[in-house]
Amino acid sequence: MASEPGFLPRDGLDRLIEVLRRDGREVIGPRVRDGAIVYAPIATAADLPTGVRDAQSPGAYALNAASSAERQFAWANGPQALKPLVFSPRERLWTSWHAPANGLHFGAAAHTTRPTAVIGVRACDLAALDLQDRHFLREPYADPAYRARRESLFLVAVHCTHPADTCFCVSTGDGPEAAKGFDLALHEIDAGFVVTSGSNAGAEVLASLPLAVPAEAQRDEARAGVAAAAAAQTRRLPARDLRPALLARIEDPHWQVVAERCLSCGNCTAVCPTCFCNAEIEEPVSDGSVSEHFRQWDSCFTAGHSRLHGIVVRADTLARYRQWLIHKLATWHDQYGRSGCVGCGRCIAWCPVGIDLTAEVAVLCDDGEGVAP
Amino acid sequence: MSLSQLPAAAEIVERVQESASIFTLRLRFADEDLQSTYCSAPGQFNMIGLHGVGEVPISIISDPEEGAFIDHTIRAVGRVTHALSALRVGDVVGLRGPYGRGWPLDAAMGDDVVLVTGGLGCAPVVSVIDYVMRRRERFGRLVIIQGVKHAEDLIWRQRYEAWARAPDTQVWLAADVGGPHWAWDVGPVTVLLDHAEFDHAKAHALMCGPEPMMKAVAERLLDDGMPAERLWLSMERNMHCAVGHCGHCQLGPLFVCRDGPVFPYPVLAPWLQHRSL
Repeated sequence: MASEPGFLPRDGLDRLIEVLRRDGREVIGPRVRDGAIVYAPIATAADLPTGVRDAQSPGAYALNAASSAERQFAWANGPQALKPLVFSPRERLWTSWHAPANGLHFGAAAHTTRPTAVIGVRACDLAALDLQDRHFLREPYADPAYRARRESLFLVAVHCTHPADTCFCVSTGDGPEAAKGFDLALHEIDAGFVVTSGSNAGAEVLASLPLAVPAEAQRDEARAGVAAAAAAQTRRLPARDLRPALLARIEDPHWQVVAERCLSCGNCTAVCPTCFCNAEIEEPVSDGSVSEHFRQWDSCFTAGHSRLHGIVVRADTLARYRQWLIHKLATWHDQYGRSGCVGCGRCIAWCPVGIDLTAEVAVLCDDGEGVAP
Repeated sequence: MSLSQLPAAAEIVERVQESASIFTLRLRFADEDLQSTYCSAPGQFNMIGLHGVGEVPISIISDPEEGAFIDHTIRAVGRVTHALSALRVGDVVGLRGPYGRGWPLDAAMGDDVVLVTGGLGCAPVVSVIDYVMRRRERFGRLVIIQGVKHAEDLIWRQRYEAWARAPDTQVWLAADVGGPHWAWDVGPVTVLLDHAEFDHAKAHALMCGPEPMMKAVAERLLDDGMPAERLWLSMERNMHCAVGHCGHCQLGPLFVCRDGPVFPYPVLAPWLQHRSL
């Protein structure tokens, strides 16, 4: 499992990609697309966002390609996490069809997956994946589609050295260093990468790489990189279980203050790596002979989410924002033993009006522990 | 693929129009093996799907030990239930289930059973009534309390009359708005608790219906000295998946489909105090 660290020079990344591609793995990594860093198939290290930095603030995300740095992972995160790779944004669950002679039939969708390696996974997203696992793999109703994709993943973490202004993973305990849940993990330093394995599959890949023994200075640089990333974070959630405080404030007038800004657009739920809500919809073909039953991402910010034979239980934005935040930070503890927030900050950057979860929590739960501005 | 993950075809073998908008479908799986192995508990629900239209969660009202059929009483209130209301005998639906945790009949064994329902709320407890009737000696008194908005909303008059004639069984009915042929009480369902005779210390109260009604009844029974853990509520929420994945049915920390739909009152009490949760 865990191995002695090795040093992979920067020009060894292509060798890593090549080794990962063995056994038919598709290799996915960070790429610049439509002005953001997204996970997409990569062919060589040249596809990686070399020298690209991200600037994130409430309601804003921008890439800065002007940096002269040669690093490939000098960014915090993009709008995607690992979620779309395991919990598909849209997938067919079953098909029903009328056979003229013998009635109605149902056929389950096949879960064809191919082994997939993901390079550049952040600690916050590994923590989020663990939460998604707890949700979708819980027995006795473990989801077969999720399970098939999950088991196909080989994860190459890169410890975060460049948190965005919106990040607060230190306060949730989930980063910036990836502690578990990866097959390989890379510390990016100026000369290349200090690599360790976290699984047997990772150790196998490691054994195929042209690694040197890292110099003590390189190890120090690796440690200093994540320490600086931790120190750079300005936002935080209170480092405690917020459940009692939030549940005591279900009727707090501040929810209305947020509701007056919130557009109920659902962006926060779409970019959140732990949000799991989905809707099932039926799509018949035009002649009605065949009907497909789909599952697709949904959001608790929509009216349909809580519609109940003629009424909408959460009929206004106040109720929906409150549902989202109290679920994420309070009742998630009951369901999965920890908060549903991993501190990635995406909900802050991708909110069109810049609502800042940490700032709202500071108002709602401020008890003198201090929350950064 | 199990019946929890993929529907199977079930034929409508009987259809009863109970009122203008309420109807009962008697279903039977097309596959004999499925029908013979299908087993539910009172208070559980199935997902009933109509090809090309969609699915809805519906309580199972048939006695699980009767085995030959699966009965569902449905009110046409939404897109799918309106479409289901147009089906006739011989038509086929998709059925998957059963899902959820039902009524605490083992816990209630030997005790009085008080059923308090409102609106179509009686449907989820019909299976309990039948269950107790078939095992009469294992339970104490059976008290059936049903409230409706308008007198004409009451379905199953003949069943209530038959239940009222059964030994150790009381039937109390009330309508918010009575009518010329309404012989029972007029007023909220809580007034019926004045009439009902049961041992408050040794009874289980099983409730189903609108949340404000259940909350009012629970508070009244608590005032009357019933222990909170002997009060049980069947909850409704939007449900798509029925297995705790889709998130629609969440009430506080609860997935109503998987953790319920029947809950002991102390689990629900904190969440019933607030609007729009």
